[in-house]
Amino acid sequence: MSFVTVRNVWQAYGNRSIIERVNLDVDEGEFVSIVGASGCGKSTFLRLLLAQERPTRGSICIDGGAPAVEPNLERGVVFQKYSVFPHLSVRENLIAGEGFKTRSGYLFGKARRAAIERADEMLQRIGLNHVADQYPASLSGGMQQRLAIGQAMAAKPRVLLLDEPFGALDPGTRLQMHDFLMELRDETNMTVFMVTHDLDEGFKLGERVLVFDKPRWDPHDPGAYGATITYDFDARNGGIPFQNILEKYPKLAVA
Amino acid sequence: MRLINHVPSRPNSVFLAALPFVLVLIVYSIASDLRLTENPQDKLLPALSTIWETATRLFTEPDRRSGDILLWLDTGASLRRLMLGVGISAIISLILGMAIGLLPFARSGFASFVAVLSMVPPLALLPILFIVFGLGEVSKVVLIVIGITPFMTRDLSQRVLDIPAEQLIKAQTIGASSWVIALRVALPQILPRLIANIRLSLGSAWLFLIAAEAVASDVGLGYRIFLVRRYLAMDVILTYVVWITLLAFVVDWALKTLSRKAFPWMEARL
Repeated sequence: MSFVTVRNVWQAYGNRSIIERVNLDVDEGEFVSIVGASGCGKSTFLRLLLAQERPTRGSICIDGGAPAVEPNLERGVVFQKYSVFPHLSVRENLIAGEGFKTRSGYLFGKARRAAIERADEMLQRIGLNHVADQYPASLSGGMQQRLAIGQAMAAKPRVLLLDEPFGALDPGTRLQMHDFLMELRDETNMTVFMVTHDLDEGFKLGERVLVFDKPRWDPHDPGAYGATITYDFDARNGGIPFQNILEKYPKLAVA
Repeated sequence: MRLINHVPSRPNSVFLAALPFVLVLIVYSIASDLRLTENPQDKLLPALSTIWETATRLFTEPDRRSGDILLWLDTGASLRRLMLGVGISAIISLILGMAIGLLPFARSGFASFVAVLSMVPPLALLPILFIVFGLGEVSKVVLIVIGITPFMTRDLSQRVLDIPAEQLIKAQTIGASSWVIALRVALPQILPRLIANIRLSLGSAWLFLIAAEAVASDVGLGYRIFLVRRYLAMDVILTYVVWITLLAFVVDWALKTLSRKAFPWMEARL
């Protein structure tokens, strides 16, 4: 049984189909990039994974559990923007990652001190300890996204969903963020889904690259058919699979 | 250089800010002087010195019959009604606004009701309030509440709806319940808006207060103005008007300062 199981998922708004017949199995710890043209349903698919919307047909399960009806602790998310709380300082944003779970939304006493300690560790890790007491609005775009990722990680989700997380950043910052994300992933071995416009980014970060596209097209009714996964690339080893197959299996070499 | 790019220097901007006030005073004294030279008994535009004397008398000398200084009595009564009315409105609109903004069920149930309610002209309800609540304090406070709550509720619920959906989803993914989202995501972000709302509503609140006091009361700033109108006592009326303006200004300034001090993250946004 795979970790994330997507079975025959359809999503339609009215009679406009967005995605159809999506089947997917993802193992724990895999990094999946999702690419495709604008309006091909990749963000819709991410919303379905997030349980922000429920599919018209089919089901999405994590670790064999029941399909979720609303966003919950199992799923962490980072959007392109607005992912952090503007009224909380950087440190409070990270503490919120733990504190919002409680009944009152606040942590007290020992629990709070422990959360502050962990928040400071996270600040160190995401390189924001020098701005711990500032508000998100005074941070640069890259710092805000690092904070958003750190906050999502602080809640310890089982699946991390990234919706074009680096889309609004300049190319230099984007490269830094790639390194940052890879480091963080190596440490935690979390299952990640990332929607991106950038093919290079998708192949660089992902172990698998899913391409969404419409295989069927009715010119008289463009909304009739939805998009589905048309390619499922193995993106390890720079996106060229089997290049080390001879090293692994020398017997295959023809003498 | 274009006009839109001309910026006054610091002393200049202070001068420009003071200019309209000075001009009004000058125009008033000239007009009053003209009338008074023609007829020293004129009551319509009393001289500034007369107003000053009246003001000093009103603020310091107790009433001969009751022994109280009436102006302070009026101020106390009016401010109490105003604060009560505005306070109750703020609490009701905050709760309703949050509910309408966050809960789809409350939105379906209340949103159009509040929208229609805000179209009812509050002063037209004043007779009903007097009939139902009597001529005492309650009817005046209720008039203020009815007058400003619907508008504040509509604005606050809209502000809650304006909070990016991403934030609400993010909060859910870190485990927040509806209650925690209301308390820790929505509430802190609309409190500054509530204060801005109170500042905007205070103008209407004063209007409703003075209207209610003018119609039926035995103490209050609005009552006194309409009482002395019978004797054409312009000096008293003007003193009261300036005093009310000053009170309104101070309350507004205090709220502005409070908002700046209490919500430092709003500043960071700029």
